[in-house]
Amino acid sequence: MITLPPEAWVALMLSLRVSAVATLVSLPLALWVAHLLARGRFRGKGMLDAAVHLPLVLPPVVTGYALLLLFSQAGPIGRILEPMGLGVAFRWTGAALAAGIMAFPLMVRAMRLALEAVDPRLEEAASTLGASGFRVWRSVTLPLMAPGILAGVTLGFAKAFGEFGATITFVASIPGETRTLPSAIYAFLQVPGAEPALRGLVLVAVAVALGAVLVSNWWAPRIAARVAGR
Amino acid sequence: MLEAQITTRIGGFTLDVDLQAHGGVTALFGPSGAGKTSLARAIAGLSHPERGRIALNGKVLLDGTTNVPAHHRGIGYVFQEPRLFPHLDVRANLLYGARPGQDPGPVADMLGIEGLLHRRPAGLSGGEAARVAIGRALLRDPKLLILDEPLAALDAPRRSAILPWLERLRDRGLPVLYISHAMEEVARLADTLVLLREGRIAHAGPLAESLADPSLTPLIGPSQAGAVLTAEVAAQADGVMTVRTPVGALHVPGSAALGHILRLRVRAEDIIIATSEPMGLSALNVLPVTIDALHAGDGPAVMVRLRAGDGFLLARVTKRSVQALTLEPGRPVWAVVKTTAFAHGDVGTARPNAKA
Repeated sequence: MITLPPEAWVALMLSLRVSAVATLVSLPLALWVAHLLARGRFRGKGMLDAAVHLPLVLPPVVTGYALLLLFSQAGPIGRILEPMGLGVAFRWTGAALAAGIMAFPLMVRAMRLALEAVDPRLEEAASTLGASGFRVWRSVTLPLMAPGILAGVTLGFAKAFGEFGATITFVASIPGETRTLPSAIYAFLQVPGAEPALRGLVLVAVAVALGAVLVSNWWAPRIAARVAGR
Repeated sequence: MLEAQITTRIGGFTLDVDLQAHGGVTALFGPSGAGKTSLARAIAGLSHPERGRIALNGKVLLDGTTNVPAHHRGIGYVFQEPRLFPHLDVRANLLYGARPGQDPGPVADMLGIEGLLHRRPAGLSGGEAARVAIGRALLRDPKLLILDEPLAALDAPRRSAILPWLERLRDRGLPVLYISHAMEEVARLADTLVLLREGRIAHAGPLAESLADPSLTPLIGPSQAGAVLTAEVAAQADGVMTVRTPVGALHVPGSAALGHILRLRVRAEDIIIATSEPMGLSALNVLPVTIDALHAGDGPAVMVRLRAGDGFLLARVTKRSVQALTLEPGRPVWAVVKTTAFAHGDVGTARPNAKA
């Protein structure tokens, strides 16, 4: 049995909270953007698509620096948020924001593919059965997208959990506030003699990632089978 | 009653129709690309014509100022594909458009799907899925039901297995717009025939009259043409029924209860015309008739309308036979039809209140 030092436990719990919040808050927004990209017809759709994918292709440190510029106390957004007590700079909410932005393209991508696979003829049939636009979405589109939403959430959570570069650039590595599991691993690497704690943290990271994949792999075929009517 | 005046460009052609459908089953018949589905989709609110007026039972669904969305039109639509919701079982599919608490039982019984309620759509055969799709549209309690070639995706045995269910549907009295390019289905189900050609209505009239009109053959198609008769079962033996029809007694294959009312289609190409009473024939149906009208088309064939009793038959013969036998209006002749020429699909049940 591996015993973890208290600061490692703190980092793990913080990482779980940061990734969960990042994923759950991104979910509705990612769904909305996936709808815009899959079904929308508007000017600037290509720009939106590129902007959503930007964090995927930019060096994470660049994304983190951009967030720092925008959300620091002097930044254009930070200046508004800080007096309201909603500032995110050097707070765990900032870590969640960075993780969410990095996870966002992966979530949108999975949901967009799922939405594009939904047969619009089924939605048409639902409307001839008296269902309003919202009811069609809730009772036909959303359930048929469910496997893609699950895939997006799993992928997003894993990405948020492992996010390091943008997080450490944006909110640094403050123990108990912004030192997530990857940041803690990096910090332990800098300290001589911390190998046991380091190995424990690495094992925990592997276990969480493996757990997410196992849950998703168990769940995904069940949802897919349900949706396909088998 | 449905009124639809629609002018709209769709793809490469213009749909320009003025359709009036009263109760009963109105068949929209025409070749692929004639605009049948475009018209039906506009009526259902699934597409939006540039100009037009659509009203159902006096309620305006579309005009210059109104455009009622599809889900408020009260029009049921059965598509070519069943379009069942794969994530719902049959029962939930049936009840999708129904009132809360409604029992799917009676409709499921009528369509013979009561045993499938807990199955998933993926496990249904094509014929079962088609019936569930019809039941789902019915349970929505529509004021008009559009059936857009619901049998087109099925093979011939499946098609003829479902036709009796559609006859039961017709007999409920719900106004139906039935889209088809198969005259076999139209002849069995429809009360009114609307012929659509290249986006325009080429003919609209009562089914039996229309099918006996030789001048409409070019629109219907020579191999599809033929009279439709209402027939009452008078006797049966050896798998052959004797039925009373407006043109006289006929012998057709099949069995049904005495007094049962059938709808019978006599294809024009199955009729032989004889100028003297034929003797020693195996054909059981030899009717004395009078030539009423001849209509020559572009090809080698002539459509001949024959009058017998209160009804008409339509026969298709060659121009050569017309000349050789000097067939002309007013001449009494004999019409010969083999009993076995009546395919299974040509004998259907008729509305209970139909007169033989």
